Amino acid sequence: MLKTTQPAAIPQSSPGSRSGPVFFIDFEGIAMIWRRDMVRMWRQRSRLMGAIARALVWLFALGFGLRGSLGTIAGFSYEQFVFPGVIAMTVIFSGLQSAISIVYDREFGFLKEVQVAPTPRSTLVIGKCLGGASSSTVQALIILVFAPFASVTLTPLNVLATLGATFVTALAIAGMGVVIAMWITDFENFGTIQNFITLPLYMFSGAIFPTRQVPAWLHAILLLNPLTYGVNAIRGVLLGYDIAGVPLNLAILLVFTGVMVMIAIWMSRKEV
Amino acid sequence: MTIRVEKLSRSFGEIQAVKGIDLQVERGETFGFLGPNGAGKSTTIKMLCTLLHPTSGKAWINGYDIERDSSRVRQSIGIVFQDPTLDEYLTAEQNLYYHCMIYHTPVKTRAARIDDVLQLVGLDDRRKDIVKTFSGGMKRRLEVARGLLHEPQTLFLDEPTVGLDPQTRRSVWEHVLKLRDRTGLTIFMTTHYMEEAEYCDRIAIIDHGQIVALDTPAALKRMVGQDVVALTTPAPEQAAALLERHLNHPVRRAEETIYVEGEDGQALAASLIRQLTLADIEVRGVNVTAPTLEDVFVHLTGRAIRDELASAKDRLGARLRSRGRLRR
Repeated sequence: MLKTTQPAAIPQSSPGSRSGPVFFIDFEGIAMIWRRDMVRMWRQRSRLMGAIARALVWLFALGFGLRGSLGTIAGFSYEQFVFPGVIAMTVIFSGLQSAISIVYDREFGFLKEVQVAPTPRSTLVIGKCLGGASSSTVQALIILVFAPFASVTLTPLNVLATLGATFVTALAIAGMGVVIAMWITDFENFGTIQNFITLPLYMFSGAIFPTRQVPAWLHAILLLNPLTYGVNAIRGVLLGYDIAGVPLNLAILLVFTGVMVMIAIWMSRKEV
Repeated sequence: MTIRVEKLSRSFGEIQAVKGIDLQVERGETFGFLGPNGAGKSTTIKMLCTLLHPTSGKAWINGYDIERDSSRVRQSIGIVFQDPTLDEYLTAEQNLYYHCMIYHTPVKTRAARIDDVLQLVGLDDRRKDIVKTFSGGMKRRLEVARGLLHEPQTLFLDEPTVGLDPQTRRSVWEHVLKLRDRTGLTIFMTTHYMEEAEYCDRIAIIDHGQIVALDTPAALKRMVGQDVVALTTPAPEQAAALLERHLNHPVRRAEETIYVEGEDGQALAASLIRQLTLADIEVRGVNVTAPTLEDVFVHLTGRAIRDELASAKDRLGARLRSRGRLRR
């Protein structure tokens, strides 16, 4: 006989028996964090549109402004070359931002609701990574609509592969964002830190210039920047540019994500 | 027994915030935890809610060890914090549904539970509205409702009404007391409002990390003194002499008023008036004053709770102002 309910005479059911053990990965808790991020993204559609507009400004200003003076890069025109970089740009802005929204949640109280819930600390970290990755992927999809303007040919296969590479890249960036959010405890400094991190990561990633034939110091910086691997992967699958390096780049991103998630979970072990 | 605390202590570096407190709260009891700011109230409540590890000592909530079984403790308690913890950009219903998700309540009963708690706090007609549009009292009620969604056995209320106007505070309490009576919930609360402390079955007063008193509100009041009966009469000397003979101890007199102290002020006043009337001495006025919890608080901690309340409001005000600034 399977008996799961308490006797009817006791109005308060015993909560312990109902919840069962809480595992290290709480799928429903993660789903809650993710779903909330998606609802908030939809509520704040204007912010989404702003991000798309920003990306398009970069695409048209850089792509068409510099096309004439730069010539071709490995057989690609500059606007073709920079198009994957613009997708990477939405990743760095929105992926980082959505993970760092933990700082807002801390300031405005909602974080406490998650922290007191019977769920492991990994819930928030993983949920936020998936939320950031999902919203970046949605933005990438919208930007892909503009691919024909940059003479980038779309096929069902390269669209799917691009979205996949974007998702993996955004996971890594969001993971880094969660670590940053755990590290920032002072809400006032948050804007400064965000500016200090977002733009350099974008500029020093190979999103807007080829990573070959750069000075050694710059090359070292590029190798330390996770977005570099994301740009390589997205450009590889979308344009077929250096496609052989894609698996390695994706693997590096996944390892980086894992490390970031572990660090973030460890950091969130602090008491409330 | 719902809450059992044994020699619970917590230090922050050199500072000992909580110094080995003991207490027990019975099922269905409403238990008040009062003390000046910095006395160790929040530290204690955080340890009981498993948000902070004790330095030493033990505690069990609903039978679960706060250190070894923290997720069962969490599942069995509801918490309403002093600071708001709602997502203001979501609807009331979404806030509640997300709570169900992260507390793993059975999927089939979620809609019914949400209906239930919304009705309980009188917000069922606002369920589809964004929380940002709610008044302070409505937000508080929604938080209480959310704290009850997963059918906790114990509800922790950490200054649940600070910063609300008197009317709103009363309405929040009406709802809380209603559901306490309906469900037999155990309530563990802190407050700075003495009239709210009166709702408690028992009160513990904590100061400098130690419990300095623990009893029913009535017993605590008896501790600081007796009731005082003040009688006004046109013949105070005559009346005082008569009452001194009758009571067998001297009474205080100031102009036309005589003061008599006693255990039960109401009964004492009645008997004194009877004595004076029998002796044909006119009584023009009578006033009975009983010690208040405020008196108890001052007596035990040497600080007026009104000052504490003012500083609590200042803190909240400053925080809300800074939020307003940041949101713009």
